[in-house]
Amino acid sequence: MKAVCWNGIVNVGVEEVPDPKLINPRDAIIKVTSTAICGSDLHLYNGYVPTMKKGDILGHEFMGEVVEVGDEVPNLAPGDRVVVPFPIACGRCFFCERGLWSLCDNSNPNAALAEGLYGHSPAGIYGYSHLMGGYAGGQAEYVRVPFADVGPLKIENGFRDEQVLFLTDIFPTGYMAAEQANIQPGDTVAVWGCGPVGQFVIQSAWMFNPARVIAIDRFPERLEMAQMYGRAEIINYEEGVDVVETLKQMTGGMGPDVCIDAVGMEAHKTGLEGAYDFAKQTVRIESDRPYVLRETIQACRKGGTVSLAGVYGGFIDTIPMGAAFNKGLTIKMGQAHVHRYLKPLFEKIESGQIDPSFVVTHVLPLEEAPAAYEIFKKKLDGCVKVVLKP
Amino acid sequence: MEMQIRQPVSSRVNVGRAERVVSLASGLALLAYTVTRRPKLGLPLGLNAGYMLYRGATGHCVFYQTLGINRAQANGHEGIRVERAVTVNRPKAELYQMWRDFENLPRFMEHLESVHVDESDGERSHWVAKAPLGQTIEWDSEVIEERENELLVWKSLPGSLVESMGRVEFVDAPGGRGTIVHVSMEYNPPAGSLGAALAKLFGEEPDQQINEDLRHFKQIAETGEVATVQGQPTGRGRQQDSTFTKRNGRRNR
Repeated sequence: MKAVCWNGIVNVGVEEVPDPKLINPRDAIIKVTSTAICGSDLHLYNGYVPTMKKGDILGHEFMGEVVEVGDEVPNLAPGDRVVVPFPIACGRCFFCERGLWSLCDNSNPNAALAEGLYGHSPAGIYGYSHLMGGYAGGQAEYVRVPFADVGPLKIENGFRDEQVLFLTDIFPTGYMAAEQANIQPGDTVAVWGCGPVGQFVIQSAWMFNPARVIAIDRFPERLEMAQMYGRAEIINYEEGVDVVETLKQMTGGMGPDVCIDAVGMEAHKTGLEGAYDFAKQTVRIESDRPYVLRETIQACRKGGTVSLAGVYGGFIDTIPMGAAFNKGLTIKMGQAHVHRYLKPLFEKIESGQIDPSFVVTHVLPLEEAPAAYEIFKKKLDGCVKVVLKP
Repeated sequence: MEMQIRQPVSSRVNVGRAERVVSLASGLALLAYTVTRRPKLGLPLGLNAGYMLYRGATGHCVFYQTLGINRAQANGHEGIRVERAVTVNRPKAELYQMWRDFENLPRFMEHLESVHVDESDGERSHWVAKAPLGQTIEWDSEVIEERENELLVWKSLPGSLVESMGRVEFVDAPGGRGTIVHVSMEYNPPAGSLGAALAKLFGEEPDQQINEDLRHFKQIAETGEVATVQGQPTGRGRQQDSTFTKRNGRRNR
């Protein structure tokens, strides 16, 4: 089959690789009909996530048709159309039983590696480095789905792929960021980052009845999307404005009740690379990459909530802990527990409350993945979200 | 319910003594420089100094730990003794049964090739461990202490080539969270090449290996399978994929 492989830094290729096969009894094989490139795939693409190996198959946002199931997958049959959550979760451990699916105890074959870095291992993730399990990803014609008896959601209605594909990651990721932020009616919600996740944070924030949503970015087309589809007020921080001060003035001195970081940190500050070279990392204190996190804390009103949807991977410095503590902030974060949001968010799509396909700007054949990564990385041609068709 | 606090055999110390002294000294020097000269990069230098002091004082290096480096111990093969605990989200009777049938052990214990239980009494068993270059090391064990659903202790028979002992205790986790499984294993291999071979099987960090074994025990008990990526496709040619760590997890089919 054809698969998008990480061949090195800023080097992906569409390679001929063996077809996946069932390995464990709870596996299924899916024929991929649509797969998206995630903003977090760019961290891998740019070479900032450690433990990538040449030849790793990328992709954690994918859907398709079941072609084969293991002996222990009674809920699926060949021909079923499914969306697949990006975290791999067993459904039976302490964490899965409590709905903390992205923290599954049993799905990371390289858990020891993650324990070295984090103390404990989070769930495995498709195509997301060997630290997260080294699973082959879904930017391919076929993909093996472990624990298929608990992960995939069957989509029986006549929705287009682009309308349901984002249930795999960015819609639940955005929704969880809003949900855990404890938005109250009348609140002002500020959202840093108007990429695909930011767009879904904005959409989801409105579901909790705030009075205002303010979006912050520097790309006009993304701010426009936040304005048009997300009814957000906008701040373009490249226009020489001080974001914290602007937010303060916009909220009559109070500051936003809820500040959501949908940017995260470029992975080059994170993980093993940082560990390899402490000196390098200390110099990077001068880098502005944790800037968004600092801004959210600085801007947030006293007693408010900072919620992180963007990915952090390693160590960061110069976080204004004093501000967070003395303003009594609540900080919530974590990879999305996609499994628990699949059904409720699909119902919102079914009822017409939201059509997630609005973020799609590019649909390309899988063979054009190398160009697609480049377009997405450089935000060429107004690119917000790329869907690949195997 | 009796609860015991167990001190892990390996500690967090992973920096050698001499290196700790150097760490302390350079941390102090750097701190002095930062405080007296106030250089432009004072903050990063100060942090660095702080880290060196921490590392020297505690003997624990986050980066060594991340990279799996341990410079605190000298490696010999005089014997292996490991104690680990794992919480499994299953009732203790079920886990006890899984363990009591020693023939299950090679499913999750990497160093074991096979265990055969003597059907006549169920107390004695024949153990075969892997050794480098396709060799094996064999011995016989018997159960020396047993409390149903709670405790199991086995020991190699007198005169065995490998003197070994294992103890596993099953304790209800608080709050109905399954079972805490405490395992201790002891191997006293003979002097000479076989002993060295056995020691090599456990690598430089036997506690990590037992940790992996217990992780796989938990995975089988909770999910019915061991999470793996072995046998999946990659763009690295047609060879089988392997896990990233040195040791590969056992497959369960």
